[in-house]
Amino acid sequence: MLEIRNLKCYYGRIRALSGVSLSVDQGEVVSLIGANGSGKSTLLTAISGLLPGWRGELLFEGESLAGLPPQEVVARGISMVPEGRLIFGALSVMDNLRLGAYLRIRKRDHFGVRQDLDKVLSIFPVLKERAGQDAGTLSGGEQQMLAIGRALMAKPRLLLLDEPSMGLAPKVVKQIFSTLSMLRDEGLTILVVEQNAQAALAVADRGYVLETGRMVLTGRAADLLEDEEVKRAYLGKDYAQFTEGRA
Amino acid sequence: MADKKERSGSPGQEPPEPVPAGATPRRAGLGQRLLPYAGYLVVTAGLCAYGLWADNYYYTQLLTFIGIHTLLAVGLNMVMGYAGQISLGHAAFFGLGAYTTGALTVHLSWPPLAALPAALAVPALVAFIVGMPTLKLHGYYLGMGTLGFGMIIHILFREWTALTGGPNGLVGIPVLSAGPVSLAGGKTYLFLVWGAVLLSFGMCSRIVHSRVGRALSAIHFSEQAAAAVGVDTMRAKLEVFVFSAALAALAGFLYAHMVTFISPSSFSFLVSIRIVAMVVIGGMASIWGSLFGAGLLTLLPEWLHVFSEYEVMIYGLVLVVVMIFFPQGLTRGVLDAYERARRRKTGAGPSA
Repeated sequence: MLEIRNLKCYYGRIRALSGVSLSVDQGEVVSLIGANGSGKSTLLTAISGLLPGWRGELLFEGESLAGLPPQEVVARGISMVPEGRLIFGALSVMDNLRLGAYLRIRKRDHFGVRQDLDKVLSIFPVLKERAGQDAGTLSGGEQQMLAIGRALMAKPRLLLLDEPSMGLAPKVVKQIFSTLSMLRDEGLTILVVEQNAQAALAVADRGYVLETGRMVLTGRAADLLEDEEVKRAYLGKDYAQFTEGRA
Repeated sequence: MADKKERSGSPGQEPPEPVPAGATPRRAGLGQRLLPYAGYLVVTAGLCAYGLWADNYYYTQLLTFIGIHTLLAVGLNMVMGYAGQISLGHAAFFGLGAYTTGALTVHLSWPPLAALPAALAVPALVAFIVGMPTLKLHGYYLGMGTLGFGMIIHILFREWTALTGGPNGLVGIPVLSAGPVSLAGGKTYLFLVWGAVLLSFGMCSRIVHSRVGRALSAIHFSEQAAAAVGVDTMRAKLEVFVFSAALAALAGFLYAHMVTFISPSSFSFLVSIRIVAMVVIGGMASIWGSLFGAGLLTLLPEWLHVFSEYEVMIYGLVLVVVMIFFPQGLTRGVLDAYERARRRKTGAGPSA
């Protein structure tokens, strides 16, 4: 569904991604894990059209995304839940969700939008309770749910998430990720970028590990969870624990 | 700046959402339902009362000027308050509207109403052309860009003597008339201007509560986030800029045919700043705030005449005091004060 070949991204003259390849198949959850500054977010901003000037190949459903502005990417069926959520704090929860369906409302798809609104509110009942509140008054977890809900309102076929676990309590993280696997079961394809490798790999089918702009490891999520290198670098366990067989 | 959005106004363009079962039920009493229209009713009633009982040329003039300034302020508020894009050159569109109709009616002897479409279209076109490159700028840079634009247009008014009459101004602009009906009378013109004001308020509040308005607020918050949900930010900014220029041009048209004489000094940099002050004092992202801001800034100099040479000082002082006590503008300040008073009366905390 999504095919990335030899992607190179630049911020001015600094190269943030040096030739990354990645693919996401229909109906999959793929996790991209990596530390700060490894280029995870850069990859997502490039896909969503917010970072022009990349080189390489970016194909969505067989068609290139080269040169497309962000709104065209959304129209093709790719929605992003941005890093730090970026919900519109001064607007109500309901207005945030309606903004997610901006392009569909422009096309007068009011019936479909209302159906999806009901669906999103049933996935996240807390948003229903808070419908009229300013989004800025929501807690971090609720804001993340709103950000996901907003992205779903565009009726995407591919959902991109940039660190959905950021700054959230473990319980809320669990809830967010179980929502993702539920969405996958309904047929949505998901690419999630995370530092929280444990949570991200637990729900994923496949995973990639990115380090300083290069893909260093790839495989089935379950295998990556067991991989010594991943354990050492991302699961917070000391390398010595495994190599020296300490009890 | 995360502005609180004005909640009142006419319903948006989409069919209303079903009220979710879990949401707090809306009280839908008659008073509640009429509340969004209260402002329109009060203004209309006030004008009718004035029209019936009062007959004072000075006050009629003053009220008409408030109306024209309100048109300017509400237009800029769409750009500045809602979309968060600063424009320090709005007097240019005001002037372009006035000079377009002035030149057409004086030099070519067009009837004023025939000049109206051109008086709106020329500034709108200029806004489109100027907006394309300048709206790519952000923050201070956009301010500088629009400031420069305003100054260039001002110089154009002053130097293009053949068309604008130069520094001496353009004299002999005809008063407004629709066929045999003259619209020149003081009160008639007052009603005409305020009709335009209420119409523009209706349009603006429809825009604000629609898909487009939400997109503008989203751009105000973060252009990246707005783009990520699919808003064509450049296009939305350009549209609101052109709309705002057209409103300023309408104000210019009404102004030109009211005073029948225009000169470059009415459209200088200081006028642009005054429009910005009206928006900020009245309240950013508040349609009715434009009315309060324009009202205060038009009336204040009149009230302060008694202080003669200290007038300007006190004028500045009042603005500073207003900004200290109502940093979010008069509208928000008055609403908050009302809320506090009501709460103290009922003795209850804020209702959830």
